[in-house]
Amino acid sequence: MTNPLRSEGDAFRFLLGTVVYFALIAIAGVINAWAGLVVFIVLSVAVVWWWWRSREPPAPVQASAVRGGPEGERRILVVANETVGGEPLLQQVKQLASQGTTRVLVVSPALNTRLRALASDEDPARAQAQDRLDRSLAELERNGVQASGEVGDGDPLQAIEDALRTFGADEIVISTHPEGRSNWLERGVVSSARERYAVPIHHVVVDLGDRS
Amino acid sequence: MTAHAHAEGSHEHHGPPVANASSRVDARVLGMFMFIASEIMLFGSFFTAYFFVRVVNNPPQWPPEGFHLPVYVAGLNTAILVTSSFTMHWALTSIKRGNRAGLQAGLVLTFLMGFTFLATQVTEYARIGFQPGDNAFTTIFFCLTGLHGAHVFVGLSILLFMTIRAFRGHFSPEEHHGVEIGGIYWHFVDVMWIVVYTTVYIL
Repeated sequence: MTNPLRSEGDAFRFLLGTVVYFALIAIAGVINAWAGLVVFIVLSVAVVWWWWRSREPPAPVQASAVRGGPEGERRILVVANETVGGEPLLQQVKQLASQGTTRVLVVSPALNTRLRALASDEDPARAQAQDRLDRSLAELERNGVQASGEVGDGDPLQAIEDALRTFGADEIVISTHPEGRSNWLERGVVSSARERYAVPIHHVVVDLGDRS
Repeated sequence: MTAHAHAEGSHEHHGPPVANASSRVDARVLGMFMFIASEIMLFGSFFTAYFFVRVVNNPPQWPPEGFHLPVYVAGLNTAILVTSSFTMHWALTSIKRGNRAGLQAGLVLTFLMGFTFLATQVTEYARIGFQPGDNAFTTIFFCLTGLHGAHVFVGLSILLFMTIRAFRGHFSPEEHHGVEIGGIYWHFVDVMWIVVYTTVYIL
């Protein structure tokens, strides 16, 4: 979940906004009570509109924040959930992992309903994501890929950003269902990730209905 | 290629679950924001009582006839408190740049302005001409402004310790959470006063 206030600087700017907001309402209210009401409504709508606009993705995040390990090591971040055990994804990861020394981190976002997220009822979603992750890691292990994994935030973009801050990936692989069945594609997760993160992003489509 | 797979948090981790990093806010800062959220609810209950009294009484004028609030003195007090937020912000930006003198000056000025605000409020209480037990209006007036005054007192206590620590050289550009968290609380106190002043004194 994204917290709109993150620092003293944010709190200070919030204070300035509050001063302006109440000052305008008070001035209009002193002149005329109805004018005060109109200003209150207009400003409140403006604040909600501004808040809604500010939810758009911020500027690209650099991926090389935290790096450790051997020099020349490539790091691949895999983000997938329901498609996490799909064959095309496994093949893509296997291919990328075969190019020199690589480290693979699989992130499985704990997808949740908005209502449950608001109620902080995350445990079932995290347990399901953990289960999928365990199976995926086991499958990767069978294919000879060295990988670690973690359950991420319910918002895939947030999960990527969290992982980038601690893992520092060189490439990102996002796995989704085919177009028309993918909630992530409908929400523009892949395109938003390409705009937001300054690392190559591979999109793998996994059709779980096509087992042949 | 060696095969090694594990899922963090399920096989190797012991003890309480690892904190989810999604908020990307330092846990101490996040704790202060959550505390402030609970404080907003507390103030909300007092505002509810205030508007209940105001609506139920439905007087032809507000404040009720015979009661006069020191709007201009409180306005001056508001200006002092808002200015103290600027000096607080200056203090933090100073230490972030390694300017220790700026930090110390900012904290001292903030403390002095906060103290002036509180002293002025206490003086006004003594001169306002009515008592908390006179009627519902006076009760809620003293409760609401007194609740805020108590928060200013807490803020001043935090500021005092921050100032002492600043003069003892406890903060640096890398480590200044003590100033950051105290600053957030002080801005909250200011925001609440703007809401209280506008609601109680002006509207």
